Amino acid sequence: MSAHSLSLGRILRFAILTLGALIFLAPYIFMISTAGKAQSEIFSSSLTLIPEQWSYVENFTKALSRVSMLTLLLNGVIVCAMIFVVQVVVAIPCAYAMAKLKFRAARLMMVLVMLGLLVPIHATALPLYVAFDRLAVLNSYTALVAPFSISVFAIFLFLQFFRALPDDLIQAARLDGMSEIGIVARVVVPNAWPAITAFAIFSVVAHWNDLFWPLVVVSNQDYATPPLGLLFFRAAEAGDDYGALMAATLIITLPLVAAFLIAQKRFVEGITMTGLKG
Amino acid sequence: MASIAMDMPIVAADRREARIAWLLAAPAITLLFLFILLPTLAVIVLGFTDFELGYGGFRFVGFENYAELIGDRTFRRSLWNTAVYTAIVTPVSMVLALAIALLIEAETRAKAFFRTVYFLPVASLLVAMATVWQFLFHPTIGPINTFLAEFGIAGPNWLGASGTVLYGLSIIGIWQSVGFNMVLFLAGLTAIPRELYAAAEVDGARSWLDRFRLVTWPMLGPTTLFVTTISIINSVKVFETVKTLTEGGPNKASEVLLFTIYQEGFVYLRVGYASAMTVFFLAILVVLMFLQYRVLDRKVHYA
Repeated sequence: MSAHSLSLGRILRFAILTLGALIFLAPYIFMISTAGKAQSEIFSSSLTLIPEQWSYVENFTKALSRVSMLTLLLNGVIVCAMIFVVQVVVAIPCAYAMAKLKFRAARLMMVLVMLGLLVPIHATALPLYVAFDRLAVLNSYTALVAPFSISVFAIFLFLQFFRALPDDLIQAARLDGMSEIGIVARVVVPNAWPAITAFAIFSVVAHWNDLFWPLVVVSNQDYATPPLGLLFFRAAEAGDDYGALMAATLIITLPLVAAFLIAQKRFVEGITMTGLKG
Repeated sequence: MASIAMDMPIVAADRREARIAWLLAAPAITLLFLFILLPTLAVIVLGFTDFELGYGGFRFVGFENYAELIGDRTFRRSLWNTAVYTAIVTPVSMVLALAIALLIEAETRAKAFFRTVYFLPVASLLVAMATVWQFLFHPTIGPINTFLAEFGIAGPNWLGASGTVLYGLSIIGIWQSVGFNMVLFLAGLTAIPRELYAAAEVDGARSWLDRFRLVTWPMLGPTTLFVTTISIINSVKVFETVKTLTEGGPNKASEVLLFTIYQEGFVYLRVGYASAMTVFFLAILVVLMFLQYRVLDRKVHYA
């Protein structure tokens, strides 16, 4: 094969990939560059990437002082962690019962799960909003987390994974006198780490990025998640202070991007495995 | 006789197992009813009422909301815009994703690097990156128009003009979704057995195009269908960029389905009317999923 030789085709291929990569990276490059430019330089509209006068400190100070970035990131972490933990704790026992126990309602559950997969939060948001308003729980972590406490997708994913677990493994645990809950905690979960990590990535990416639901239930900055916080920041920002705005976007984008760069193999595997839902 | 006596403890054990199964599934079932089934039913019922948040009572109005929808110019505009956006983003992001996946798959070096770069937008906060794109698209100080000006081209006011705003949003949508589709295509490509290519070559498929036509494309069938459905559904759900950058403007030129629902339901608080829109939105998703199952059943089977 000519894969290793420097054929014309290979050079062309490499050139196309590199050009595409540059285009895909351009927003990041300009974000980092603009976050360090002074207002006057941004408005001189040149394509120079290195700031003439380094204004990083100034722009970051501005970004951090307008909206509490730390609170936003902390809220993001709290909300995503709560959602993920509840989802897993609820879905795993259910998926186990459906996959491995004599469970009459398993088929009905399967239908409900498939139906549930069709219904996004956008469809249930109105009645949930009305109910949360009546219960006076708007502007709280409860409001942000509760609708996502059940993930039919998690049940679906774990169900497929658990079906592949050998029955002998569970039978052996039963003979050892383990209770079913004990089996779930000490036999099933340790064997399901690949599925759990994949789901963790799916869940965190989805809820870290979600703007719709937080926008509906949160109007108080104290409970704002990163996307919503950035929206507040933009609203508070008078005019086109792009330096501070880029600094803010940089701070807010960094955590998940850093997590991705550190664990990218897991990320890609996780997205491939959970690609189903999108 | 003996067998009946033997069965008794088994029946009891079965019953015990069924009870435990119910117990384990109970939290999931409860939450499923509470947060998915009940609200879905509620939204369908609310669609037949004139319920408005802040007013006490409501009454059933039959299909009045739906009749209003048909004549609602904003809603029609919104449907049209969503369709245009989907018609641009889905095919372009899929073709780009497949092309990049094929190039990366064929490349021996820097595979991981390219995969990371193209996937990066998927792992980035969309609202934040939309803000960056807004700067890139800025009519006077934005890098895109500055770049175009170098060649003497006067760039448009991308997100500020009703003629270009959908294209601008589409570019962001494509940029954001290519990496996701690419990863799915890469997984599909790796699953194709190498022997098939060798066999095709023996059968006279000499050129790259022949091999693609005879092996890669048919073998990718299920992946392609899958990516198509997800892409369409994700495009229909476009909201973040519109809310962040344009608020449906200018002059409703970027009004999309979810944004219209959001606006009616949560800003104007016309819950009944917005519920009817939501039912419409849900129906679109159901039809898309149904089509996927049908095509999956018929076309992409290969034994």
